Amino acid sequence: MAAAISAHESGVKDILLLERDLYLGGLLNQCIHTGFGLTYFKETLTGPEYASRFVERVRAIPSIEVVTRAFAVRLTGEKTVDYLIPGHMVSVRAKAVVMATGSRERTREMAHIAGTRPAGIFPAGLAQRLINIEGYLPGKNVVIVGSGDIGLIMARRFKLEGAEVKAVIEIQPVTRGLVRNVVQCLDDFGIPLYFRHKIAHIYGKDRVEGVDVVRVDEEMREIEGSRFSMGCDTLLVSVGLIPENELIEMAGAELDKKSNTPVSGRMNETSLPGIFVCGNSYKVYDIVDTVSACAENAGRMAAGYLGKVEQQV
Amino acid sequence: MYDLIIIGAGVIGSAIAREISRYRLNVAVLEKSEEPAFGVSKSNSGIIHPGTQNRPGTLKGKLCVQGNRLTRMIAKELGIDFKKVGELIVALDNDELVSLSDIKREAEALGVPGLKLVGRAWLKKNEPNLTEEAVGALYAPTAGIISPYRWVYDLLENAKANGVEVHTSTRVIGIRRVEDPLSADRGPRFEKRIAHSAESKAWVERLYALCALRYADDRTRTDPGDGGPGTGNYFELATSRGMFRSRFMVNAAGLYADEVARMAGIEDFVIYPRKGEEFILDKKKHNLTRHLIFPIPTKTSKGILVIRTSDGNPMIGPTAQDVDSKEDLSTSEEGFRRVLESVKKYVPSIDENDIIAYFAGLRPASGDDFIIRHEDAFPGMVTVAGMQSPGLTAAPAVALFVRDILKKNGLDLRRKPFFRRWRREPYHLFSSSAEAARKMIKEDPAYGDIVCRCEMVSSKEIREAVRRGARTLDGIKFRTRAQAGRCHGGFCTARILKILAEETGENITSITKRGRGSEIVVRDMNDGGC
Ligand SMILES: Cc1cc2nc3c(=O)[nH]c(=O)nc-3n(C[C@H](O)[C@H](O)[C@H](O)COP(=O)(O)OP(=O)(O)OC[C@H]3O[C@@H](n4cnc5c(N)ncnc54)[C@H](O)[C@@H]3O)c2cc1C
Repeated sequence: MAAAISAHESGVKDILLLERDLYLGGLLNQCIHTGFGLTYFKETLTGPEYASRFVERVRAIPSIEVVTRAFAVRLTGEKTVDYLIPGHMVSVRAKAVVMATGSRERTREMAHIAGTRPAGIFPAGLAQRLINIEGYLPGKNVVIVGSGDIGLIMARRFKLEGAEVKAVIEIQPVTRGLVRNVVQCLDDFGIPLYFRHKIAHIYGKDRVEGVDVVRVDEEMREIEGSRFSMGCDTLLVSVGLIPENELIEMAGAELDKKSNTPVSGRMNETSLPGIFVCGNSYKVYDIVDTVSACAENAGRMAAGYLGKVEQQV
Repeated sequence: MYDLIIIGAGVIGSAIAREISRYRLNVAVLEKSEEPAFGVSKSNSGIIHPGTQNRPGTLKGKLCVQGNRLTRMIAKELGIDFKKVGELIVALDNDELVSLSDIKREAEALGVPGLKLVGRAWLKKNEPNLTEEAVGALYAPTAGIISPYRWVYDLLENAKANGVEVHTSTRVIGIRRVEDPLSADRGPRFEKRIAHSAESKAWVERLYALCALRYADDRTRTDPGDGGPGTGNYFELATSRGMFRSRFMVNAAGLYADEVARMAGIEDFVIYPRKGEEFILDKKKHNLTRHLIFPIPTKTSKGILVIRTSDGNPMIGPTAQDVDSKEDLSTSEEGFRRVLESVKKYVPSIDENDIIAYFAGLRPASGDDFIIRHEDAFPGMVTVAGMQSPGLTAAPAVALFVRDILKKNGLDLRRKPFFRRWRREPYHLFSSSAEAARKMIKEDPAYGDIVCRCEMVSSKEIREAVRRGARTLDGIKFRTRAQAGRCHGGFCTARILKILAEETGENITSITKRGRGSEIVVRDMNDGGC
């Protein structure tokens, strides 16, 4: 939305905004905690509130055509986008494309955690969706791997729903999240945070029954004699985000193998002219305010690119 | 009264069910899990072996070679994606090169077709990522890959289309053989016997007591189909869902075949679980190898392999380790290290960061060979046990073998006038052409309603899977690949839960990952509890 608004403000006349969900706002809609907008709006908002400010602005601009339930499934280097809407597959040819496709969570498998594969292991974002949007509590006795912001926020969220949160386990010597989240989500609720620890094993046949936790040395190897067990029925995995860039990859853009971000000369650019990337799909950000700023830049870049193209015509 | 009951809906039980569904018989498959294929048949390497690594004179060898041929044929009939990719047994030094000739000779004696010894130049050209150290290999062109669980579903679905009943969540807990006093072919054990596991004793006793009451009534009738004097011997199977009666019975209970056998008083074999851990690589690495890569086999194992899977992801494994529990499906750090170290000797470019998923399976081991036989001491019962690798490959051949045993022991095999041999190929939006996809979506918008964004699975396919019998998240995953991609269900699980609940009429709180006890959420907070 921020990219669309800024492209409009930079003079682009005909903008199509595609969203596969029923609503605009993306992941913000499930982030019902506060702390959004401190730099951008100079006040503290919830995720849905922050998103709704942009929705209002987008809806007020007639040259931005919004299509929800529109799922982009194909992108070419020539900037043709194929998207599905109920009952139709539509193809559009754009002069410039801005991708704001966000990120996905790294999984338990990517962290190579040994043990069984029962029910009760959730990516933290899925647990957040189940509680905040669907209204289901995923578990009553929770251990959280990773002290990223989603993990921290979810520790408090489970606590507020009456669940027991046993601990947050972090392999690094410092938290990956914001300090204010450690204070407000863990310290205020007496939830212990173990640094330099990792989950060595998951137990449970049908449902998670417990985990083994170990302390690690500088090389992340288990320190002998440090192993202890924790009973739990739920393991939340919050071990980082990966930008979702499969569409630009399909179009032929070069991606960095490790970070899955576009390889480009300048901010927001890809190796394909006229295709830009912003927000968490460009790079994983901590704060939504910076995401909005990044997206505004992408909108301006797209406008600039179109200016160049039009001059050539 | 059934003519035949098959215990276990793994690949063996399902292949037998499909084979027997050609005949005019009343057949039921009883499966203790919530869905078929949740046992050994869901976690294996998915290789249709050519028959190379088996000793001559073994059942394994004979049925593997035959099974390879039959699998290719039936896969075509059912429209399932079997790929004939070929395998290379690779020698890293001259000693190993010598043993390749031995393997070739033994395999040719078994009838494995098309074997060829290939040298460095061939390997360089045809398997570029193979280590420079490789001095030669035995090439077996008939090796192939299949999706093991979709194979089971398709076999079973086809059996169902031909009239076989499938009862899931139905665990057999007691077996007794009822002998007709007028029957000529009484078994050597004349006395009726009740055998069962100790923990379920009370339940079994109660079931039999209940049934006895009913039969007292039955016996006064002359319905030849329902037991009683003059109608022949039959089995009574006590299950978690009540009593089933059948004239013949096949024990295809995989890891638990020994426990089922013990219910019938057969105690001469034990199943020892042997664990195999496997690690799946990112689809982006689908070009890693062109063939299946095998080391020189040892006496007990085919070794740790580089595998191609029908979903496109390469896979490495399996380990082989005896374990105590038939439920121990955990993976380990050591297994991970061992597999990586071992495969890197053959394909050095394999990188641990490409591993995106892993699992463990348990081989139902019992001695060196399969145990497939009629139980003369318990006439009418056929045991199919010790089905380790190549059990997946052998399954259709095992089915024929079992059919012949049943026939020899009195099962009357008369062909149905019409057998549904073919099946419409399943559709998938993104394996169709753009034009076909457009048309599909226009006709049914649900095709364009994508639920799993990583594997592009539509709500149409998910609902279809439920209609075909999926009841759990794993069942949906095995059938459609939804949740099996990059995000491992992070994005689509919530939606799939809702579809499952809608289609089955259950509450989301009772939807499970793979059956009772594996519920996903613990509390519904929508009913305004506070
Ligand atoms: C790691 C690994 C890799 C392998 N790789 C290959 C390969 O590449 N190629 C190959 O050919 N083979 C392979 N195999 C072997 C192959 O997987 C097995 O031979 C095959 O799956 C066995 O099938 P099954 O039907 O006998 O057992 P299962 O699939 O276990 O079926 C038995 C069924 O019986 C049910 N059951 C048990 N007790 C009861 C009861 N009391 N009442 C009702 N139901 C009951 C179970 O729930 C189960 O569903 C591999 C095995 C492993 C472990």
